Amino acid sequence: MTSPLEQKKIKIAGPSIVTANRTWDGAVIYRTAGQGWSADLADAAIVRTSDEARALLAESVADDLGAIGAYIAPVEIGDGGKIEPGNLREQIRRSGVTIGLPANAIGLPVQA
Amino acid sequence: MPLVKGGKITDDIFVHVVDGAELPADGAVLVSAARFLENPEALFARSGKVGVIWPNNRDVDDLVPHLERLGAVALVFPTFRDGRAYSQARLLRERYLYRGELRATGQVLRDQFVFMLRAGFDAFEVKKQADAEAFAQTVQRYSVFYQPTGDGRLTALHRRMQLRHSESAGL
Amino acid sequence: MYAYDEIDRTLVNERVAEFRDQVKRRLSGELTEDEFKMLRLQNGVYLQLHAYMFRVAIPYGTLSSKQLRRLAHVARRYDRGYGHFTTRQNIQFNWIKLAELPDALADLAEVGIHAMQTSGNNTRNVTSDQWAGVAPGEIEDPRIWSEILRQYTTLHPEFSFLPRKFKFAITASAHDRAAIKVHDIGLRLLKNEAGETGFEVLVGGGLGRTPFIGKTIKPFVHGRDLLSYVEAIMRVYNQYGRRDNIYKARIKILVHELGVEKFAAEVEEEWQQMRDGALKLDEEVVEDIRSRFYYPTYEKLPHMPDELRKAAQDPKFEAWRTNSVFPHKAQGYAIVTISLKPVGGPPGDATADQMDALADLADKYSFGEIRVGHEQNLALPHVARRDLPELWKALDKIGLATPNVNLISDIIACPGLDYCSLANARSIPIAQELTRRFANHDTANLIGRLHINISGCINACGHHHVGHIGILGVEKNGEEVYQITIGGRADEKAELGTLIGPAVKFDEVADVIEDVVEAYLALRARPDELFVDTVKRLGVEPFRERVYATR
Repeated sequence: MTSPLEQKKIKIAGPSIVTANRTWDGAVIYRTAGQGWSADLADAAIVRTSDEARALLAESVADDLGAIGAYIAPVEIGDGGKIEPGNLREQIRRSGVTIGLPANAIGLPVQA
Repeated sequence: MPLVKGGKITDDIFVHVVDGAELPADGAVLVSAARFLENPEALFARSGKVGVIWPNNRDVDDLVPHLERLGAVALVFPTFRDGRAYSQARLLRERYLYRGELRATGQVLRDQFVFMLRAGFDAFEVKKQADAEAFAQTVQRYSVFYQPTGDGRLTALHRRMQLRHSESAGL
Repeated sequence: MYAYDEIDRTLVNERVAEFRDQVKRRLSGELTEDEFKMLRLQNGVYLQLHAYMFRVAIPYGTLSSKQLRRLAHVARRYDRGYGHFTTRQNIQFNWIKLAELPDALADLAEVGIHAMQTSGNNTRNVTSDQWAGVAPGEIEDPRIWSEILRQYTTLHPEFSFLPRKFKFAITASAHDRAAIKVHDIGLRLLKNEAGETGFEVLVGGGLGRTPFIGKTIKPFVHGRDLLSYVEAIMRVYNQYGRRDNIYKARIKILVHELGVEKFAAEVEEEWQQMRDGALKLDEEVVEDIRSRFYYPTYEKLPHMPDELRKAAQDPKFEAWRTNSVFPHKAQGYAIVTISLKPVGGPPGDATADQMDALADLADKYSFGEIRVGHEQNLALPHVARRDLPELWKALDKIGLATPNVNLISDIIACPGLDYCSLANARSIPIAQELTRRFANHDTANLIGRLHINISGCINACGHHHVGHIGILGVEKNGEEVYQITIGGRADEKAELGTLIGPAVKFDEVADVIEDVVEAYLALRARPDELFVDTVKRLGVEPFRERVYATR
């Protein structure tokens, strides 16, 4: 998906969240409503207007020590309010690579 | 912003005079390249050293005729990632044999001190107090250098040859 | 194999200490990300989708078995048990933690491995021919000069903050395995009439958003002038390269905007003022570097030993031998390419276990030396032909004997959207599916030499522009779609590929490639006319017609 690192104007098309990577280990994290970060997408604060998104992003970016590379990402809200990633990129960030990591044993082929 | 010179924080004898402002009656002054080139003789006629702030997107050629009389040349790092002043510094020191104060200004951070020294800077307007205080320690990070610059340090290639010669000479 | 001495080790250790301090100041908040980012990049540390990525330098693609084992250790201890070999002869680890990086670097420093300048706006790995030192007909080992350049460019105070990244490549063979024509500076080693070593210097090659083939700015630079001439080029670039727009900041843009004659003149003017300075290399200095390269003492061995004659009965061994074994300059020896492109696997990956096992095989059969190629395969450069059968059995056991080198399933691919935060689309699943479609080795051999290159975004880390078939992933309305080009080449006849038609969806790519291959098989003049030559002869139109007829 077009790299959100190239986002210039902030304009959201639907429910969105702010996501980043944790500074000390690079893990994927989501900005919560309580001005913190969680590794669980379910904890992410949802914004629905461009102003809200801008504010949430600004507050996230200000936490330079805890997180790096913060940006706004789309989500889908499923039944019962469950938050799902809004595009392939965010799916991959949450669930991992789509290709299967190699088994550590010698010679085992990678599962597609 | 602390000035580091001679390896430690020192007072800055130069007063930076912005374009349009009056020059002080005497004392060392640092002026923009535009102002300097308007009338270099008038500036040199004052008592007090003359320093020029040279932009990093301009060849140093126009400055060369005045180098012998200048008390300081300040080069600029608009961000630490913009490395044009390193080339300017080396040209001034190594090609044009400038011997006066060569000052690094702009976003001058700890992790570029060694590069700057090697390029020929000897004065630093350091952005952060903590970095200025750590100057002496920081410049000792590296004891080995691969490539020659004007800093006179022996490069790795030549050090090896030196070792080989002394080995074969039985030293 | 270049042997580090006290001086080289000291530099690497001082670098590790510096980075440890920088990480500490980052994690304490003393350095902001804005101040730290370029510092971590200068040590090969990227931020990717899931985690940091750590790119370790393998200078000119040469490794000792000890070093390969240490890479395996890093994969196990700090990562998830595997590494990825890149199109610039480096290795990448995808799951590294910033806080543990200084320790990983310290572990690597012990065996003379570093990650200096594998990223950032500085001079990157000086890449070369993975067969350097052993290829028949090579003029001289280009790695001597790669090492001279490596040292010269490492922590160069003037050129550590360039407008953009800067890449060198050197070749010393008629067939260019180092792709010098698509590098910022490409060097072709040759001898003048007096038999002295020098270089044809090409500048401004590169791929990405605006691909260019490099242009010769000086047909012969004497070896002793190499460093001063390079310094002149870099000084012109450092001062005049664009800094206002990262998409126009490479030297190729400067060469294009000035014109090659004017650019060459600027370099010449600068060079004339410094050519006799401290960078002039004397014979003694070059010999010193040369003397620290280790070359094996080859035995006098027969070209057709008994072991090989016997093993020829085994069709599986023969399939591998005829595919993966290449002539060596010393009689009785061979260069063995190790395919890292198993059917269904991500191209260019090796597990820690495979690395350890390969290190042992290198000790046993290749004087302890391994090579990394830019096509993301490895090589054992000094194998006695009598050892080939035993070596093959061992490689086969660890999944490193797929006989598809240079064939259609020997795919070069960037990590793509599965890993990389710059990507627009995935590349690895495309590669995997293609290896499955063309898993039959008879079919692959029938098709013949065919390089597929896949990039997941316009940055072209998969070198798709110069693939015989190039595949570029882009995004359209939230979907992954792929542009297909044909007719590119990366060697001495370097050329950019041509688009064959509109982009196709993820699920259709493999079908389209099958159609392209079918078209080739129907159109080729003879069975031994290579795909890329058929495209050259006929142009893109016949392929376009057939592939898009039903689409």
